[in-house]
Amino acid sequence: MKNLLDCDRGEKVKVSKLNAAYDLKQRLISFGIMKDAELEVLAQAPRKKTIEIKVGKMRLALRSEEAAQIEVKEI
Amino acid sequence: MKESNEKIICPITAKHIKVALVGQPNVGKSMLINSVSNAHLHVGNFSGVTVDKTEVLFDYKDYKFTVVDLPGTYAFTDYTIEERVTHNYLCAEEYDIIINVMDSTNLEKNLQLTSELLTMSKKLVIALNMSDEADKEGIEVNAQYMSELLNIPCVKVSAAAKTGIEELIDTVVKKFEGEKKEPKLIFSEAVEEEIENIVSYLQKHNFQAVNSYRNIAINLLKENKKTYEKLHEEPIWTELQPIVIEASKHIELHHNTDDIKEAFAEEYAAFNRGIVAEVVKQTTTKHEAKTLTEKIDRLLIHPIFGIPIFLFFMWSLFQLTFTLGNIPMDWISAFFTWLGTTIAPTISNDDVRSLVVDGIIGGVGAVVLFTPNIIILFIGIALLETTGYMSRVAFLLDGFFHKFGLHGQSFIPLVTGFGCSIPAYMSARILKNDRDRLLTLFIIGFMSCGARLPVYVLFTGAFFAQSMAGNVLFGIYISGAILGLIFAKVLKITAFKGVDEPFVMEMPKYRLPTLKLIWHTVLTQTIMYLKKAGTFIAGAAILVWFLSNYPHDVNLDKVYAAKIEKSVSVKQKALLENQLAEAQLGESYLGRLGKFTQPIVAPLGFDWKMNVALQAGLAAKEVVVSTLGVLYSIGGDVDESSKSLANNIRKNIPFASAVAFIIVIMIYLPCLAATTVFAKEAGSWKYAFYLFVFTSVVAYSLAFIGYRVTLMLM
Ligand SMILES: Nc1nc2c(ncn2[C@@H]2O[C@H](COP(=O)(O)OP(=O)(O)OP(=O)(O)O)[C@@H](O)[C@H]2O)c(=O)[nH]1
Ligand SMILES: [Mg+2]
Repeated sequence: MKNLLDCDRGEKVKVSKLNAAYDLKQRLISFGIMKDAELEVLAQAPRKKTIEIKVGKMRLALRSEEAAQIEVKEI
Repeated sequence: MKESNEKIICPITAKHIKVALVGQPNVGKSMLINSVSNAHLHVGNFSGVTVDKTEVLFDYKDYKFTVVDLPGTYAFTDYTIEERVTHNYLCAEEYDIIINVMDSTNLEKNLQLTSELLTMSKKLVIALNMSDEADKEGIEVNAQYMSELLNIPCVKVSAAAKTGIEELIDTVVKKFEGEKKEPKLIFSEAVEEEIENIVSYLQKHNFQAVNSYRNIAINLLKENKKTYEKLHEEPIWTELQPIVIEASKHIELHHNTDDIKEAFAEEYAAFNRGIVAEVVKQTTTKHEAKTLTEKIDRLLIHPIFGIPIFLFFMWSLFQLTFTLGNIPMDWISAFFTWLGTTIAPTISNDDVRSLVVDGIIGGVGAVVLFTPNIIILFIGIALLETTGYMSRVAFLLDGFFHKFGLHGQSFIPLVTGFGCSIPAYMSARILKNDRDRLLTLFIIGFMSCGARLPVYVLFTGAFFAQSMAGNVLFGIYISGAILGLIFAKVLKITAFKGVDEPFVMEMPKYRLPTLKLIWHTVLTQTIMYLKKAGTFIAGAAILVWFLSNYPHDVNLDKVYAAKIEKSVSVKQKALLENQLAEAQLGESYLGRLGKFTQPIVAPLGFDWKMNVALQAGLAAKEVVVSTLGVLYSIGGDVDESSKSLANNIRKNIPFASAVAFIIVIMIYLPCLAATTVFAKEAGSWKYAFYLFVFTSVVAYSLAFIGYRVTLMLM
């Protein structure tokens, strides 16, 4: 299964599943990261430690650990 | 019930309206309040500027408004402390109406919170803020149509351009006077069916309730605690419960999840998408090249250049603090000298004259002198806060911070700490995890606050050439920050062990702050600094003056008077007079205290005056400067021409001792007020005690090392 961390810069994907624990999952949902939401990877810090994505019109910074918990599929 | 209560408390004819301002972070709630009233709430371009509720009062027509600014919240999930503040307020406090503030350029996301607000079943008005920005981006919102679709009044406003404000307040008044209307929120067929089931059950049993049946049904399905508790005590619950459980199962199945909250979030999102599709029109083409924000980000959060660019900005700031800040310093210094020499002859009593000139004017002047430097520092921080760069740096530094056991978002309270530790301690609330928060609280003090700047400027100015002083200043701040990181790591592996918290943070778009915004932000802080100088610092200076002038030893006077009489040259006479003053100072209360505790700090190379200044500095760091000002203005100085404090310091303090002194200033407790806030935010005075011990031990050890190393190198 592909997750958000596997994506390259500029790639656009769709969320298929959130594997995060309860709190983080609620948080991601409140940011609009839920099933079928479209994401775009905007920037990556060195070694993908932290990445910046776009959800709808919002830009969001995530750490690699969190990104790995977001399962995605190609659009 | 509530109304009658209010009437009893305020028997005035004017009507009171209490408004709760709710919205997601960074949508301009605080700025909106500033634009309707003459308040100056803190505004910044990142999530989590407001971390506590603030009430603002103003009059409009026949109404007395109380507007409550609440911390922004993404959803009622109580993720962080400041979000909990908002949720608790909305659930537990009394208010008449909610203004839901939104960012017009991102309605879909903002509506997600609105859907949750509807469960509060309060009167609601929507403020579509940032309409100026929407216009610029070619986003057209049909507020009229939106009001109809949601059955909630929506008003376009711009807090920055001050448009639509009056219409918004009029709408609030109208809503306040009018009936509460049931807002429209339509779910998918599957959910609507389940709601209908519950509603008809309630109807059948003619259940008595304040809220509508539909509202109750939705809250039950959403597993709203309060509604559950209420219905739990009702006799119908035994029959109703299985219906609700069955309904929830259906909904979860429909959404292919085992989490009802997720199912509802998806329902809301679908509804909101529908609304946005109806009311928002994008006039410019969507495929337009990258937005400006994305272009700037290419450079500023570049994987390689990002951090060096940030360091360069910081370095420039400290260079400016020094070079630009020193220009008006000469004028201020001249002003206080003039003030002293003008006032002195008008006072006949020697003691009173000394109190006014040396004590008050000297002490306060020494602190006011550094206002220009402070202003430049404040401008730098205000720019960082209002442009949107703050979140970028948090993004850049997260990987680095993570290595030291800190959370990327810790950067925000830490940077705030460069201005003042008090708001910094408070803004640590944006950290979700208590351990992360405590850890951050413990190292905020390592970020040298604005009040320490005067001490640094004084010492670097005294010991370094103008061209180098800025670099040294930058070095002091950076080494403070690095020390903070190292101790974060130490604390993380000893005291605050635990798993890492997730890092998810919104990156706002870049905004060019208006001059007015910067002006107000800086002005508020500067006035606070000056007020403190005029009140607290002046008081401390008076106290220091008394303690350093009394008791007066008459015997010493006699001994020296005899000597002075015998002296032949003017120079020798002056020397003796000086020695007398110095001796008197040594015998004063302060001198005795300083000398008594001096053995403790002797290994650091401090004389008793530095010792006293440091102790006084526990009250506030500005007091260090004013105390040095008072202590070194008396005695020690033979050459009349060099009166300035910097000169006195260069003459009386060896370089190695100065290094140790600066190290102590960098590390030990910021001030009494900050320590109180620290205890409150940390949750217990126990932590304040730990902080005191921790910082004192670290300060002492490092100052000792600094002193020894400098002595060896010199
Ligand atoms: N262009 C434009 N900018 C605005 C407007 N209102 C607010 N801003 C900017 O948006 C940013 C956020 O404003 P704040 O008032 O701090 O937002 P807030 O909702 O109080 O944020 P939190 O306290 O973090 O929840 C600031 O940079 C403001 O300058 C507006 O109407 N137009
Ligand atoms: Mg605010």
